[in-house]
Amino acid sequence: MKAPKFAYAKPATLPAALALLDQHGEEAKVLAGGQSLVATLNMRLSSPAILIDITGIAALSGISTANGKVRIGALTRHCDIERSAEIAKSVPLLAQAVGQIAHAAIRNAGTLGGSIAFADPAAEWPACMLAVDAEFIIAGKSGERRVQARDFFKGLYTTALQPKEILVAIEIPLLGAGYRSAFLELARRHGDYAIAGVAAIAKLDAGKFRDVRLAYLGVGATPILAKGAMAAIEGNAYSAEVVAAAQQALGRELDPIGDLYSAPPTKTHLARVLTGRALAAIAA
Amino acid sequence: MDYEIETTMTLNGTQVTRRIAARTHLVDFLREEMGLTGSHAGCEHGVCGACTLRVNGDIVRGCLTLAVACNGKTIDTIEGVSDSGEAAEMQHAFHERNALQCGFCTPGMIMCAIDLVKNKPAAKREEIREYISGNYCRCTGYHAIVDAIEAVLISKQRLGGKS
Repeated sequence: MKAPKFAYAKPATLPAALALLDQHGEEAKVLAGGQSLVATLNMRLSSPAILIDITGIAALSGISTANGKVRIGALTRHCDIERSAEIAKSVPLLAQAVGQIAHAAIRNAGTLGGSIAFADPAAEWPACMLAVDAEFIIAGKSGERRVQARDFFKGLYTTALQPKEILVAIEIPLLGAGYRSAFLELARRHGDYAIAGVAAIAKLDAGKFRDVRLAYLGVGATPILAKGAMAAIEGNAYSAEVVAAAQQALGRELDPIGDLYSAPPTKTHLARVLTGRALAAIAA
Repeated sequence: MDYEIETTMTLNGTQVTRRIAARTHLVDFLREEMGLTGSHAGCEHGVCGACTLRVNGDIVRGCLTLAVACNGKTIDTIEGVSDSGEAAEMQHAFHERNALQCGFCTPGMIMCAIDLVKNKPAAKREEIREYISGNYCRCTGYHAIVDAIEAVLISKQRLGGKS
């Protein structure tokens, strides 16, 4: 299908973009990489009066490290993260996940901020943001505010972002020595949205898991931090019993939405399988 | 509010300026305004890859790119890389290996394949399959396409080894 009629503006600065958003309110949509938004426009699932293209705002791109945090501009593309030596070294979970986001042609256009703001529960970045304990920097007319990733994802495609705000950057605390991570997902075709996936981080301390984070995608209305499964693993060494305890806890905290191919019990089963594989990978 | 935007882009090496409706995606602009019908509009929601082309040197989905967002950018289509000879070896390999039947996916597949040769010159078959996973082909079963891309990679590796 073809997109409905809309107006287009490409402001050069963040204040100009925020002024346009303030003027048009909920009639406006912010365009970043467009890899979800343009598809929804073409399918007429979305009909904004105006698109505000923020890709001309250079200050919203780039990766830098300071004060124990990695800061990634919201407009940083998936491919920029894929090619970043800084990310591979400082936040390896993102490097492990990025190759599973769609396909090269989409990773060349889609952005980190766009994926987070769109908040598809089956997307890779929102779950990764929970696992790395990211903080989001959000700009509005009255200034900036910060929201923890763990408070950001409110419901299906619903976030803490208000209609007149723009997500400008993501900050990720650096982890010390001994941390390991794994990102695993299952999809029918490489690059498709996952049936289920897990972003896992833990510190291995004398063979025992510490500071365990397990964030799941594709198994609920939002990405899910599985606190019960995390607690079942915390302080324990890798064993079949610990894996089984985590898998059992998982069944109580996931609430998958079935789709054309996978019923909720299938998704829960696959999330459990991936949990076992992720823990084995971290313990290896 | 601006529903039509004057847009200037470098299209296959030539600068063009047009007033374009904001709602027009790049493939429709190329096909209907510029007469470049090599980029195919398949699914129009980013799944099939038949519209794959290059913006500023990177392959993207033409159907998920607004034409007005290409102001100041460089666009290369299958027509451009055919005329310049850039795709010649890949096109020859597709022909030799019979890596197409109906041809609908072929322009997007070739754009993706020459991007792979540039970015992953040492790719093995599994990596080739992964790289073209965003391009649907409903005729060949992919095997012949992977063969053709592999043949080009091997040929380039041999040449590289001699020089």
